Amino acid sequence: MSIPADLKYTDSHEWVRIEPDGSATVGITHHAQDLLGDLVFVENPAAGRKLRKGEECGVVESVKAASDIYAPVSGEVVGANAELETAPEKINQDPYQAWMFRIKPSDAAELGALLDAEGYRKLVESEAA
Amino acid sequence: MPFIPHTEEDVAEMLAAIGVPGVEALFDEIPAALKSGSLAAIPAGMTEMEIGRLMADRARADGEFLGFIGAGAYEHHVPAAVWQIATRGEFYSAYTPYQAEASQGTLQLIYEYQSMMASLLALDATNASLYDGASALAEAVLMAVRAHKSARRVLLPRNLHPRYRRVVRTIVSSQDIELVEVPFERHSGRLDLGALGEPHGIAALVIAQPNFFGCIEDAAAAAAWAKQRDALVIACVNPTAMALLQPPGEWGADIACGEGQPLGVPLSNGGPYFGFLACRQALVRQMPGRIVGGTLDLDGRRGYTLTLQAREQHIRRSKATSNICTNQGLAVTAAAIYLSILGAEGLRNVAAKSHENLLALLGRLEGIGLRRIFAGPVFHEVPLALPRPAQALLERMRGEGVLGGHDLHADYPELGDALLVCTTETKTPADLDACAAAFARALAQ
Repeated sequence: MSIPADLKYTDSHEWVRIEPDGSATVGITHHAQDLLGDLVFVENPAAGRKLRKGEECGVVESVKAASDIYAPVSGEVVGANAELETAPEKINQDPYQAWMFRIKPSDAAELGALLDAEGYRKLVESEAA
Repeated sequence: MPFIPHTEEDVAEMLAAIGVPGVEALFDEIPAALKSGSLAAIPAGMTEMEIGRLMADRARADGEFLGFIGAGAYEHHVPAAVWQIATRGEFYSAYTPYQAEASQGTLQLIYEYQSMMASLLALDATNASLYDGASALAEAVLMAVRAHKSARRVLLPRNLHPRYRRVVRTIVSSQDIELVEVPFERHSGRLDLGALGEPHGIAALVIAQPNFFGCIEDAAAAAAWAKQRDALVIACVNPTAMALLQPPGEWGADIACGEGQPLGVPLSNGGPYFGFLACRQALVRQMPGRIVGGTLDLDGRRGYTLTLQAREQHIRRSKATSNICTNQGLAVTAAAIYLSILGAEGLRNVAAKSHENLLALLGRLEGIGLRRIFAGPVFHEVPLALPRPAQALLERMRGEGVLGGHDLHADYPELGDALLVCTTETKTPADLDACAAAFARALAQ
């Protein structure tokens, strides 16, 4: 199971990367895509939408399940990965390259509340136990 | 795959395997107070002979009529082969079976049904059917609002079937969706979009084709009006008429739905019928219900499978696209056989003959002084103005064995004394004469 050390994580299995311009890139973790299986459809939030932390804002659908994606932090959606519309399998192939959407965070304090790689590893292990 | 219920031995074996004394014990966790207890009010069972006798008596009481009532349910000829095949053991089930992929024949039939309907409607995808036309329209409205995302106002024409309007209202009433009625033009019976002024925030416009009055709408113009206002277009259509009229996919509809009964399902006291629902590819993930897809198995052979299930309620629970996870399997089986026996040309002939018969009947009725309420083209039914209330007239005709039409007064008081009269291909010139003669006698009273 791959959990890059330079990313932040949520307890709902999203990863977050803080970009140099301050925006937050969001995707789903290797563990999440592994549980879902082959993805067939990804629904991203529209650019301009304002999200609250924890709000349902997208769906990843595999042949056996459809799971909601939650906003890791509050803020405005500033972009979405259009490539996933036609190639959702990219998430299975490389979940940390195949980002879903970007948020411009409205509350920097929320970024500090995200899990680090070690925290996320412990979460996954505790869920497996 | 045959569907044979478990034998008593099977049940005993299964109970023994899980160590439970009897089937009743499986329900122990339900508190006794919640169980219904006595079923004393339910009469005892009847033998096959008794029930046959009862049903024959009831059928006699209904009588046999020469019918000219349409209004959403249409008497078409159903070739004998349709139900001969549909009632074969392999098909004779109301549902898409559980472990659906074990029933490849059933899935292939649904797939063929979907393909024929998509072709008839000129849209990309259809589902395996819904309960009836009215509930299919309600699901189409919910689909459009989900797809539109920003608006929750839906325009519902007054010239749409009154029962459909009521069902839509019931189903969407608790979903924070605003339904706005579109009036009809008094001279043509068609949509009067101009009367709405400049409405904004519209998620969808529903267009009935033909509308409840049998009038043929300028659907392309109405659809263009909706598109200019960033609204989706829902077509509620008569499937038989689609063999003659431009199909909704060609005039800009995003979603099409309607009642499938005219396609091989007998009138049968109002049901069971089936609803059809189709859409453009981009909306397919908003479509509720079962959808059968074609695929290849491990050896590269053609196979069929239920697809897009991940958003249904057995997986998504309360977040499902819809709480409808079933279809009218048996009625759809009949429709698939009906469509394949008739073919495109046969269906066109049915539609054309129904229309021709209506014009022939209209000529006879205008000859005895009745007149049309609306000008303009109609498919196979037409509203007529009556000199006095329809009810007494209809009762008198009924006494002569003729059902003269559907009384419009309760639903459309603004039309005065008005009757909706329908013909299909089943009527002969002699039938039309008999109908006109019955009208003449009743009017002379």
